[in-house]
Amino acid sequence: MFEDFFNVVKKRFNDSDDEYKPPMFKCPRCQATNPLSKYEELHRVCPSCNYHGRLSARERIAITVDRESFKEFDADMKSGNPIDFPEYNEKQEQLRENTGLNDAVVTGTALIKGSPVVIGVMDSRYMMGSMGSVVGEKITRAFEYATKNNLPVVMFTAAGGARMQEGIVSLMQMAKTSGAVKFHSDSGGLYITVLTDPTTGGVTASFASLGDIIIAEPKVLIGFAGRRVIESTIKQRLPDDFQLAEFMFEKGFVDMIVERKKMRSVLSHLLKLHGFDKKEV
Amino acid sequence: MSEKKTAWERMQLVHTSGRPTVRDYIPLIFTDFYEMHGDRFYGDDKAVMGGIARLDGRPVTIIAQVKGRDLNENKACNFAMPHPEGYRKALRLAKQAEKFHRPVICFIDTPGAFCGIAAEERGMGEAIAKNISEFMTLRTPVVSIILGEAGSGGALALGVCDELAMLENAQYSILSPRGFASILWKDASREKEASEIMRINAEDMVRLGVAEAIIEEPLGGAHNDLDKISENIKEYLSQKIPEKCQKDIDVLLKERYTKFRKIGEFIE
Repeated sequence: MFEDFFNVVKKRFNDSDDEYKPPMFKCPRCQATNPLSKYEELHRVCPSCNYHGRLSARERIAITVDRESFKEFDADMKSGNPIDFPEYNEKQEQLRENTGLNDAVVTGTALIKGSPVVIGVMDSRYMMGSMGSVVGEKITRAFEYATKNNLPVVMFTAAGGARMQEGIVSLMQMAKTSGAVKFHSDSGGLYITVLTDPTTGGVTASFASLGDIIIAEPKVLIGFAGRRVIESTIKQRLPDDFQLAEFMFEKGFVDMIVERKKMRSVLSHLLKLHGFDKKEV
Repeated sequence: MSEKKTAWERMQLVHTSGRPTVRDYIPLIFTDFYEMHGDRFYGDDKAVMGGIARLDGRPVTIIAQVKGRDLNENKACNFAMPHPEGYRKALRLAKQAEKFHRPVICFIDTPGAFCGIAAEERGMGEAIAKNISEFMTLRTPVVSIILGEAGSGGALALGVCDELAMLENAQYSILSPRGFASILWKDASREKEASEIMRINAEDMVRLGVAEAIIEEPLGGAHNDLDKISENIKEYLSQKIPEKCQKDIDVLLKERYTKFRKIGEFIE
């Protein structure tokens, strides 16, 4: 009893000690440590190396589209459990509570400096942004809506790949979404992809790589196979810049690398260059 | 079906040395086969082969992932793990088939796309994505058959088709059970457990709407009777190819998209 009290006092004492140190952000790219407040102030960009960190879908929408212009599609859609994967439902319940999301993508219509778009934003906090039935269906519907209404699509990708807990059903979402992108493209639709951290696996091998224009944020991870998988296959350590946005840009798979603070205006210009001027949706 | 086996047992079977590969089947199913090479951009990937042949006299395009029959052959074809140029070769031949109104027959047999530096540098993600989206609107019938293993996007790149058949013991998975166990449970040794949980057998694929047909294997597996299994594959193709060729292409394309469009389980 007395010991407990002592521990509580000790813990409080230590806690108050911590208050003198501001919370810090350690960059996963350059390993530099900076005050978290500085990183947050820059909308999660590393002050030392310009690595563009991860945003939630809601935060991304807030800094990208015109205020109060976002109208969400399929907000209540939730995943089933197609291969009866143990504890999949429970895990999702918990994630819904923690993230306030129903799955790993938010889709809808919005205006970007007045230009109407269909927008999709993936959120890596929800099962690593992986694509299962809900992500596949929502993205497919977003493209079908855009095709029907002659709207451009802007898609912010962030994904670990296909969702393993849905087995082969996840793999089929690659075909479904790519099909919807193809029909949108064949109808003359404009599709701009913005690759954010991280874009890998089955998402890279489907709709993320099919944009008419492919933009990436600085220093984000882009690839098909995971770094660890490649290292274990070839039995050697990969260079630090392997699969970063700048690497994919050099290899010819990215049109431009755009900083977060300029993203909204770059997107707006590109939309207007394709004739999508101010219009009500 | 001849016998019920667990996913793990089937996995051992498709890895049995002596299981026939596409090179064993081609002379027994087709005539006048001419192999074509190269993607016209970078090189000729030996993990993917393709060419023109006749099926019951009708010209067809064949595209296949190639497994070796021994270690030397396997080294030459990279254990059927394609690089991006393999998928680009496949797409080139598919487009050629479309131009000359030949149906396409894909034989899938791969652990997955190759994971390596060069594969990433040459855009594996882009190559697979491109195949998936282009095959979705390819204006000629496409029938795919999984011969042994079909792993991840590397298999799907030849799997966007009007009808997918699987040999009885063949398996289709999002990644290898070993990779699955290693990522999800951080323990690759639990691959047997993963193989059962993942639902990767042909019956699972039919139930989930991923595959439409199962081609019966001889007792004990395809390697026990090459003539018989070739005959079964040929019988399937001889029925399906004319059936698909008779359909109006726009109807066929609509059905092709619908097949994938409806896969998924969600609540609104």
